[in-house]
Amino acid sequence: MSLLSARDLVYTYSQGSPLEHIAVNKVDFDIEQGEFIGVIGHTGSGKSTLVQMLNGLLKPTAGTITLDGVNIWAKPKEIRKIRFRVGLVFQYPEYQLFEETVAKDIAYGPTNMGLDQEEIEDRVVNAAKFVGLKSELLSKSPFDLSGGEKRRAAIAGVIAMDPDILILDEPCAGLDPVGRDILLAQIYNYHKERGNTVILVSHSMEDVATVCDRVMVMNHARLEMFDTAQSVFSRGEELSGMGLRVPQITSIIDSLIEAGIPLEKGVLTVDKAVLGITEYLKKEGRL
Amino acid sequence: MEFIRIEDLWFRYDESEEAPAKDERYVLENLSMTIGKGEFIAVVGHNGSGKSTVAKHLNAMLIPSMGKVYIDGMDTADESLTFDIRRRVGLVLQNPDNQLVAGIVEEDVAFGPENLGIEPAEIRERVDFALKAVDMYDYRLKAPHKLSGGQKQRVAIAGIIAMKPDCIVLDEPTAMLDPKGRAEVLDTIRKLNRENGITVVMITHYMEEAVMADRVFVIDDGKLLTSGTPDEVFSQVELLKRHRLDVPQATELCYKLRACGVNIDRLPLTEDECCALLKEVLA
Amino acid sequence: MRDVTLGQYFPCDSVLHRLDPRLKIVSLITFIVLTFCTFNFCSLGVVAALVIAVVALSNVPLKMYLKSLKVIIIIVVITSILNLFYGQGEPIFEWWIFKVTLAGIYNAIFVCARIICLILFSSALTFTTTPNDLTDALERLMKPLTVFHIKVHEIAMMMTIALRFVPTLLEETDKIMAAQKARGADMESGNLITRVKALIPVLVPLFVSSFRRAYELAVAMECRCYQGGKGRTRMKQLKLHKRDYICMAVSLLVIAGVILCNIFLPQIH
Repeated sequence: MSLLSARDLVYTYSQGSPLEHIAVNKVDFDIEQGEFIGVIGHTGSGKSTLVQMLNGLLKPTAGTITLDGVNIWAKPKEIRKIRFRVGLVFQYPEYQLFEETVAKDIAYGPTNMGLDQEEIEDRVVNAAKFVGLKSELLSKSPFDLSGGEKRRAAIAGVIAMDPDILILDEPCAGLDPVGRDILLAQIYNYHKERGNTVILVSHSMEDVATVCDRVMVMNHARLEMFDTAQSVFSRGEELSGMGLRVPQITSIIDSLIEAGIPLEKGVLTVDKAVLGITEYLKKEGRL
Repeated sequence: MEFIRIEDLWFRYDESEEAPAKDERYVLENLSMTIGKGEFIAVVGHNGSGKSTVAKHLNAMLIPSMGKVYIDGMDTADESLTFDIRRRVGLVLQNPDNQLVAGIVEEDVAFGPENLGIEPAEIRERVDFALKAVDMYDYRLKAPHKLSGGQKQRVAIAGIIAMKPDCIVLDEPTAMLDPKGRAEVLDTIRKLNRENGITVVMITHYMEEAVMADRVFVIDDGKLLTSGTPDEVFSQVELLKRHRLDVPQATELCYKLRACGVNIDRLPLTEDECCALLKEVLA
Repeated sequence: MRDVTLGQYFPCDSVLHRLDPRLKIVSLITFIVLTFCTFNFCSLGVVAALVIAVVALSNVPLKMYLKSLKVIIIIVVITSILNLFYGQGEPIFEWWIFKVTLAGIYNAIFVCARIICLILFSSALTFTTTPNDLTDALERLMKPLTVFHIKVHEIAMMMTIALRFVPTLLEETDKIMAAQKARGADMESGNLITRVKALIPVLVPLFVSSFRRAYELAVAMECRCYQGGKGRTRMKQLKLHKRDYICMAVSLLVIAGVILCNIFLPQIH
């Protein structure tokens, strides 16, 4: 049994009005426990709507989502419990900070879960550690933090609920290159250490290529591809037809292959590319 | 011809506090640069490096604590020149949502020229021209909140163009946009520089964007780290990485290959350059 | 929140859409005064006919008007019920302390009709005039007030900015609400106090972000040489057209009609 499954998932905005708009159309997938999933697609392709359905913020117009084999809308009154199990971090989450101290803000989710004080404190400290927030910042006002720290505090607020599935919508948007690399590494470590499932929505093909096992490609409300990162990014032409691209490194290697140099297809990182090229040169006896 | 001249610029906030000696509290330290008319300049640095503070000095939103900034010979510290400086150097900010004033695109674009006291008929001409220049003429009667991020940012640029400036300074104009919006905005900026001869100063942390500039200034910790053509700057891969900056994957690949002993003399900046180079090396 | 149509603009084309906004504002004020100067069924009839004509001419679907009435239906019902029991004279119907008189019934009808007319007139104005045209017209109409040192331009600029940011802030509210719900916020259940408390996680971020936006906007405006109203010109110039004069003539006729009805026909009270 898969951890999270969608069957015939449809979401229509303003149904029945002239503004009717299908955001997600007949989407099916299965996600297994412990996977790191990437979701890509241009703006308006339905990614955000899809992830908001996965944690019960939006109710599907048709179709079902099952978590551990149970339809998440079986008991609509208990949908809050689903939201604790499927944590969702929105884009620019720093704008949701509101408490007097960072610690209290991170504790908001766990408190809503009704946990006891000791457990909450534990979770706050651990969540802060995962996102690399120094402990002396916990007693500060969230509004005194730097932009990057605010982002981390907000993500910690969701991690502290200890969800089975963590969904992040563009967690690195607006960060500088090193900032995004560090944050991405922290998310990856969290995933490795906890063994939790992570779903990363991103515009950065490089990020998705670096960390994700499997990649969903959304286009015009439909799930067009759902495969390993390597095979998704080896379909460069189809992707560019959807207004997406492949990581620069993948496309460089692809055009070298096209020029007749025997390299392996679907290279996703610079280091892999360096390895591939040097091996080829060594085999040719040129290095 | 020289247009912007920054001489030994030091800057810190809170001028009211008693002045300590030159210490780490300066956001900008001893910065000097000159920018010629019609140039396309990129200023890069990581978040908090002080690069946005530089942008605000170019249109007299901030005044140097020490040193001078001259715009076409006008001292930005001279308050009587502020209005003229802002007319000639337009500043586009990062968040496209927070810089549009009016509820209709064309009225927003008219905001600047209206402030300048220009005749209604001429404002109309300028607005139409500016909207066509950023390819948003068809959206002139739309409400800003109905537009995509890239479209909003282009409207913001049109609002500056309508003031007929000599120079546009853009403070991380693409940081909040998706790839499509980024491409739209960058195309627009490049076109304005090439076809309309407008001097462009673009503040960014995306190295792929800096590659298209004539010259690049790298700022870290309020100091000028290095400057030069993109070729000169990006060949210093080690230096950039040490200062929390990235290089394009194309450059990094060739840099690493060279470190492995592959014979590469010049580091490429773009994908096409890289492919051409590697095809030659590997064939 | 998105369902409120009161105060919204409805984009389509009609005679009313094309009228000069200044004229529309003046007419609205006149018509509202007129509505409250109807003292018999005949003058009320004239006003009602005018409302129907305005609604029909606006080309806006009737559904939109009904939606804007929906918001105030409770107020209409309560005031008419109160009026129903507050009439003087012979009771027609009596129960416990409640007395319904003929005057009370008339009162109720008039109050009800007046509020409905008022809402329909104002809706017709906002449906057919963009908020920007409205502020623009208000600024020009209030221009004479600058003599009394009233900062007309600044007020109008504030309105323009407020209007520009209403949709942005609504969107932001939705987003923050969704984000807090994702952290288990419960905004639908509990008594009044717990519900108000549940709003804090939404209101605080909204305030913080509004201040940030205000600051950034101020910077952006300064960058674009904004210095207040002094020396400012406007791209759009308002000019009265033939249709505006026709509208004025018709309005005057209606006013005359109501006055005549009031004078020559017996008053209800």
